Amino acid sequence: MDLIIDGIVQAFWLVVRGDPDVMRVIYLSLLVSGSATLISLFIGVPLGTLMALSRFRGRGFTLSLVNTGMGMPPVVVGLVVSILLWRSGPLGLLHIMYTPAAMVVAQVIIASPIVTGISMAAIAQLDPRLRMQMLGLGASRWQMLWVLFQEARLPLLTALMAGFGGVISEVGAVMMVGGNIKGQTRVLTTATVLETGRGEFGIAIALGIILLLLAYLVNLTLTHLQQQGRPQQ
Amino acid sequence: MRTIVRLFILGGMLVLALSTIGCASGSKQDTPPPSGPKETGSKEVILATTTSTYDTGLLDMLLPEFQSKTGYLVKPIAVGTGHALAMAARGEADVLLVHAPEDEEEFMRAGNGLDRRLVMHNDFFLVGPPDDPANIKGSRNAAEALAKVEQARAIFISRGDDSGTHKKEKEVWVKSGIKPSGAWYQESGQGMGETLIITSEKRGYTLTDRGTYLALKKSLNLAVLLEKDPILLNIYHVIQVNPAKSPAVNSAGGKALAEYMVAKETQELIGSFGVDKYGEPLFTPDAGKNENELK
Amino acid sequence: MSAMFEVRDLRVLYGGHPVVEIPRLTIEEEEVLAIIGPNGSGKSTLLRVLALLEKPAEGQVCFKGQPINYKRSLLPYRRRLALVMQHPILRNTSTFENAATGLRFRHLPEREVKRRVSNWLNKLGIAHLDKRNAHTLSGGESQRACLARALSLEPDLLLLDEPFAALDEPSRVSLIDDLQNILNEVSVTTVFVTHDRSEALIFGKKVAVMMGGRIQQLGTPEEVFSKPSNEAVAAFVGADNIISGLVSKAQNGLVSVDAHEREIVAIGSYAVGERLVLCIRPEDVVIEPYSSAAPITSARNKLKGRVVRCTPLGPQYRVVLDCDFPLVSLISKQSFQELSLVERAEVIASFKASGVHIIGKRV
Repeated sequence: MDLIIDGIVQAFWLVVRGDPDVMRVIYLSLLVSGSATLISLFIGVPLGTLMALSRFRGRGFTLSLVNTGMGMPPVVVGLVVSILLWRSGPLGLLHIMYTPAAMVVAQVIIASPIVTGISMAAIAQLDPRLRMQMLGLGASRWQMLWVLFQEARLPLLTALMAGFGGVISEVGAVMMVGGNIKGQTRVLTTATVLETGRGEFGIAIALGIILLLLAYLVNLTLTHLQQQGRPQQ
Repeated sequence: MRTIVRLFILGGMLVLALSTIGCASGSKQDTPPPSGPKETGSKEVILATTTSTYDTGLLDMLLPEFQSKTGYLVKPIAVGTGHALAMAARGEADVLLVHAPEDEEEFMRAGNGLDRRLVMHNDFFLVGPPDDPANIKGSRNAAEALAKVEQARAIFISRGDDSGTHKKEKEVWVKSGIKPSGAWYQESGQGMGETLIITSEKRGYTLTDRGTYLALKKSLNLAVLLEKDPILLNIYHVIQVNPAKSPAVNSAGGKALAEYMVAKETQELIGSFGVDKYGEPLFTPDAGKNENELK
Repeated sequence: MSAMFEVRDLRVLYGGHPVVEIPRLTIEEEEVLAIIGPNGSGKSTLLRVLALLEKPAEGQVCFKGQPINYKRSLLPYRRRLALVMQHPILRNTSTFENAATGLRFRHLPEREVKRRVSNWLNKLGIAHLDKRNAHTLSGGESQRACLARALSLEPDLLLLDEPFAALDEPSRVSLIDDLQNILNEVSVTTVFVTHDRSEALIFGKKVAVMMGGRIQQLGTPEEVFSKPSNEAVAAFVGADNIISGLVSKAQNGLVSVDAHEREIVAIGSYAVGERLVLCIRPEDVVIEPYSSAAPITSARNKLKGRVVRCTPLGPQYRVVLDCDFPLVSLISKQSFQELSLVERAEVIASFKASGVHIIGKRV
């Protein structure tokens, strides 16, 4: 119990003092998970839309991939990405192993199936007649898609939240492909693991609390946006 | 349908653009400000090392100094010694800082390393519950102490991760003539810090390096029960990975870091590391000495 | 008047089976064409083809004389149409924004959007709801918003797909009234799909009866409703009396048809012995007391019958007679009371020869 109170106090001071190491870790966590989520939106939303709206060859296979991907253990992703990005691996020439870019790649692989799956459900739950009605009002294909996204904006926000929540709290893959290098690839989760290993439980708990607060703040903002989108009775 | 495909392509292009930006901004941040390396080639040096050098914070002290002096960017990857040697054998690392002499010699014999130099040492010791239920305190040597643990069926937590510490533990078991097995012999599969915490929680025994133990001491309920056996010497070498093994190896960077580790100023830093925090140094600098002198 | 839309040799296939087959159909400018037919007759499919939302397997669709090329973008054509569907599909935003949807697609200047939307919301009587979220509107209000959304586009062709079918009766009646006024005022070319005969009668300047994917009859409402071109059309548009019989006499443009041992005289030239199908609209059948003296009407057909059933139908009574075949008559409430009809009462049913519509030979 002392440890937790100690951790809360320490978390408070780390943030208030703006401890440069901690700030860097927070910044990197947000940068890596934020860009990974953004990229997976660009992958997941079109793919989810495609799967919701059309019946193409290989759709069943893709669907099973997405469903498997949604429950894929991050460490497996970490392992596979490591093997690909190692110097001896097929993508070794990119030289991005142990960089934030590698972490983004791993997190994109983790978040994309989540975003795809939820986007697909979001678009599929729309009234199929909406498409016809919008085309019947002179919408171009793009305008029609834009209306679909607008109509599904609340569940699409959920996709965003689930994707971000999945990667910001993930530790296995970023540890493996990032290496938890101080000042370079250390993020909140890996730092928490490290500080626990060092026996610095106070700092570990403080980092955990900061992680929790961050996730909470992000979700609070998005939930607020969601509430605004509801029709007022 | 066609539109969605186009949307997809656009998305793909955005992803590429974003990841390029991500890489660019990533490497920008990572680049240390001073002048770049004089040698042509990569600025990136991957140091595969043990959790013990990392968890104690030694590398956090040494590496920024090296980076600002040379302009190299060091990526220390803290893994077990076994993993570190395997990485290096495949050319995934440029330089090693490890502590498993027998395996290191085999690594050198296989032609994986160029140059192996003694850097420093400290020692391992056996820790256990302060009331010492297996009564190992006062044993003549480590092998005898472990035999007592086995006889008492007291809980022993092994790292079980093929790290330098694990290799040392297995060496002592061999010497004692016991093949440990049974419910009392447990593997944590984690780093030294976690293993010490588990040992403390389970009121068991374990073999630990000095640095990690001192760093964690205040949160552990464990006592040092056997030390100073010559077999428990924990010797660290730095090895430059043989660039002939893989064209990707940064041999200049590896060499520079290896030389930095044995340089006089670095050795002085090592000798003073931990004094302020624990009242005693965590490592003894040994550059230039012969391994046999230590025993 | 020139043709706004023209369809030639149209065939739409679903799973290899033709669901719409139309050799030729033209929609004139400023015309209101009602397409009427039972469910599954292909009328909604035809509407989707006209809305350029469905590509026909065969045939040509011409817009103002220009054949539409399905390989090119249809957007310029679609931008001149507006579709209102049976179920009001509204977006999760304000009523105003919903009504402005199509104008926004066309990137009209904000001022123009405001002007048109306000105008149409006003005309449809929902101006006060402009800031309400459209998902909170009632069914009638929603469909009004959909009509405002379509009409504010000032389309060359307005397509209405059963726009009143999903509404409750009071909303339906008031919206039909309003739309009637609006269409009289703006004279927009309209294609109106419905399965309701009265709606077709109210709105259609022309009525097309569609059955089994084909247009069975196309004409003025008067033509279609009083002279159905075949039995199926007659059954659908509501000529309740359909009687078949053999021609027994034919002279001077009159034929006598022996139907169920009764003689019915009609206008037409057919050979003796031919089998004909006769249609008699119930409102053309007059009922007289059996004991009535000299005939006052010039009706040529007088049949003795017995009252089977009387059902009130608004201001009228629907009387089913047994004249050895069932014959239905629609009479006013007043006549009903004067005749003091009761079940099993014997009466005379009379109708003019010109009131008998001969559909043609039954094969």
